[in-house]
Amino acid sequence: MEKKKTVNLSLKQYGMVFAMLIIFIIFYALTGGVNATPMNMNNLIMQNSYVIILATGMLLCVLTGNVDLGVGSYVALCGAVAAKLIVEQNMNIVLAFIITILVGVAFGAFNGFFIAYLGIPPFVVTLAGMLIGRGLTYTLLESKTVGPLPGAYVKVGAGFFLTNKIEFGSGTLDLITILVAVIATVLVLGAEYRTIKTQQKYGFAMVPTWQTAIKLVATLGILWFFFFKIAAYNGIPIILILMAVIVGVYHFITSKTVAGRQVYALGGNEKAARLSGIDTKKVYFWVYTNMGFLAAIAGIVLSARNASATPKAGDGFELDAIAACYIGGAAASGGVGTIVGAVIGAFVMGILNNGMFLIGLPTDLQKVVKGLVLLGAVTFDVLSSKKKN
Amino acid sequence: MSDYILEMNHIVKDFSGVKALNDVNLKVKRGEIHALCGENGAGKSTLMNVLSGIYPFGTYTGDIVYNGEVVKNRNIKDSEKKGIVIIHQELALSPYLSVAENVFLGNEQMTIKGVIDWTQTRNKAQEMLEKVGLGSENLDAPVNTLGVGKQQLIEIAKALAKKVDLLILDEPTAALNDEESAQLLEIMLKLKKQGITSIIISHKLNEISYVADAITVIRDGQTIETLTKGADDFSEDRIIKGMVGRELTNRYPERVDCPIGDVVLEVKDWNVYHPEDPHRQVLKNINIKVRAGEVVGLAGLMGAGRTEFAMSLFGQQYGQKISGEILMHGRQVKIKSVKDAIDHKIAYTSEDRKNYGLILFNDIKWNMSLAALRSYFSQNGVVDANKEVMEAEKYKELINIKSNSVHQAVGSLSGGNQQKVILAKWMLTEPDVLILDEPTRGIDVGAKYEIYCAINDLAKSGKAVIVISSEMPEILGTCDRTYVLNEGRIAGEIDRENLSQERIMKCIMQDNNRKGE
Repeated sequence: MEKKKTVNLSLKQYGMVFAMLIIFIIFYALTGGVNATPMNMNNLIMQNSYVIILATGMLLCVLTGNVDLGVGSYVALCGAVAAKLIVEQNMNIVLAFIITILVGVAFGAFNGFFIAYLGIPPFVVTLAGMLIGRGLTYTLLESKTVGPLPGAYVKVGAGFFLTNKIEFGSGTLDLITILVAVIATVLVLGAEYRTIKTQQKYGFAMVPTWQTAIKLVATLGILWFFFFKIAAYNGIPIILILMAVIVGVYHFITSKTVAGRQVYALGGNEKAARLSGIDTKKVYFWVYTNMGFLAAIAGIVLSARNASATPKAGDGFELDAIAACYIGGAAASGGVGTIVGAVIGAFVMGILNNGMFLIGLPTDLQKVVKGLVLLGAVTFDVLSSKKKN
Repeated sequence: MSDYILEMNHIVKDFSGVKALNDVNLKVKRGEIHALCGENGAGKSTLMNVLSGIYPFGTYTGDIVYNGEVVKNRNIKDSEKKGIVIIHQELALSPYLSVAENVFLGNEQMTIKGVIDWTQTRNKAQEMLEKVGLGSENLDAPVNTLGVGKQQLIEIAKALAKKVDLLILDEPTAALNDEESAQLLEIMLKLKKQGITSIIISHKLNEISYVADAITVIRDGQTIETLTKGADDFSEDRIIKGMVGRELTNRYPERVDCPIGDVVLEVKDWNVYHPEDPHRQVLKNINIKVRAGEVVGLAGLMGAGRTEFAMSLFGQQYGQKISGEILMHGRQVKIKSVKDAIDHKIAYTSEDRKNYGLILFNDIKWNMSLAALRSYFSQNGVVDANKEVMEAEKYKELINIKSNSVHQAVGSLSGGNQQKVILAKWMLTEPDVLILDEPTRGIDVGAKYEIYCAINDLAKSGKAVIVISSEMPEILGTCDRTYVLNEGRIAGEIDRENLSQERIMKCIMQDNNRKGE
């Protein structure tokens, strides 16, 4: 019989999921299960949504071999613009959001112009952006907090989707959340089925069945655990929907489109990319403009959750977003990394933050632990890929 | 003391089960120039890395006897202390440091520990540079302002500064033109007179026959034979026979009659200025024509402007103030970017495939699809991943790319197979004109033959092919017609019947004289 071609799943891709689970389980033990309560699972999403939104944009910057140091400032500035317009100008919320997003895009395009068309190193341009953005925020807010924000605004950051709750055990269970989980399950299985069908149709190398099985069990296990918990709390947060859409769209762009491939090619070898007909300047410009766009969305979400805009908002977010990308397997030199990896990286950091907070570890030490985890994850990544070669 | 400065006996080195070296023996006599020949992947560089301690003692089996004693090098420092210095193909110079600083890079002259003695550095650097014929160079010039040929000689000066007894040169002339190569070989002969033993690895067999006293041929990780000057036949054909294990009667495939059609590309009055210096004209009034089914050579010395011409044509990737006309199939076209060039069916493969051609850690299929991503591999901006795999598999078969699968990173392929990936990448853009810049640089004889076959097939299918090459035999063996470039001008046009190495050199000489008048 002809030997079937097989290919193993990359351990690198799934190693981080594994690490995330282990960290979660360790804190489960340390907190006596508090980190797995429905409320805390809900908090995990709400607290990390902005980092995840920023990490998707940051991943594109990291893929080009650079970072954007200014995102924390753009988040603060955009939150301030939205709050100012709505609270002090009484502007229509939708219109205010559109203007806010335009401000973020304009800031991103400003950076992109210097980086792409004047050839200024991104590190320098975005370091300047960080200072300019923060300074503008303080000026705009006159160093004061603007709030409280109206209910409709706050709902974006702290509200929930439609619910239909039933009695369940000692609490309630939201059926709509469960319905969404069912749909998600069907989608996951459907996608896997399609992949296998194409592999068979074209005679491509197949992943061994047991590996596929483990992958599916793990994916669906995490999915159901998570949805069950939030169903038992208050249903699906609006932020989760927003986040899922953003992650989905950017995953599609990076993995399936020409534009996404061009970013990878530029990060892998800029000169070769240029000689292959890729307008590398245009790629740089849009990657940084896009970062401004996503920072604006994160800014709206953050101010909504806090029900106010403060000049210090978003401080240090750029570092969390960058760390999420690196933990998620992106290479600092560019050309390697995935959106899903960055999201998992963000969750690793989030679960760690949340767990350390719950066990009451002092903030000073929390930073040390986060630093060590980042260093450890990247060291592991570098050493294991070295060994492979 | 033994007659041999170095004996490497029964060396075996494996990489996770794959034997790169399988019982290699090498004996080098004191004071000789010993050449190491073999196809790419035969194990030459691995052997030299074992010798110099890059693969430390214990990671291989067999023993190395140097000056009569068994050595166990743990790293390069160890071997350098014993007087073994290796100069790698990729130059190890720091581009912005001065010539003098580079000569003593890693071996600094110091007054007290850690403090550089500048007087000593300059005096001794001067001394070393004189030994390699660079006595008149400015010691303080940044090394990147010098040409590659001179940089290679500075590498040798650097080795001499370390009190070398055994000098290993890995492909020293790969990036040099004929004149520079000749100069380097003379320096080697001069060093031999001073008692320095050398080992040279090179694909340029004519140089080896000229300079070597003995030749050891390695094939598939094993020593095949050692030829000695005077006793054995030193001809290129003889060496190739050892390398490939059979007589390669013809190094260039027969050009089967393929009809030459209409003019596909015509370039008129092409003028280009240096990208950094708007007053320096690099290309002067170039006029060329290429017809369908024709292979046209661009010959010339290094620095003649061949690559500059190709790059300026290919979407203005070189130079400024570019003027002139490009006609495709007789119609004038404007080409301002690489995308324009691809859209107008022009393809260009760079001479520097690692830096300008490939994304080394990406796999074969991604590298192949990159240039045709927009036009062929996608619909509405969405990439068809299945098509990528299918086409990659097809081209892997078609031009015989040796790899486990199309999912393998191109960085792990041999030079010849990398070049084939690049060729496939540009064939996928369905060009009418292909400009191949040094298509066989640094690749072995067998893979070269396959590349030549692919060039012939392209011509046969009606493409117009331009081959830029520094190896004149290659131009002679592959081209229907050849333009000779010299200092940015067309110095002559020679058709196949009249083409010879002498004729090309004569064109260059005459052009130089004309300028002198």
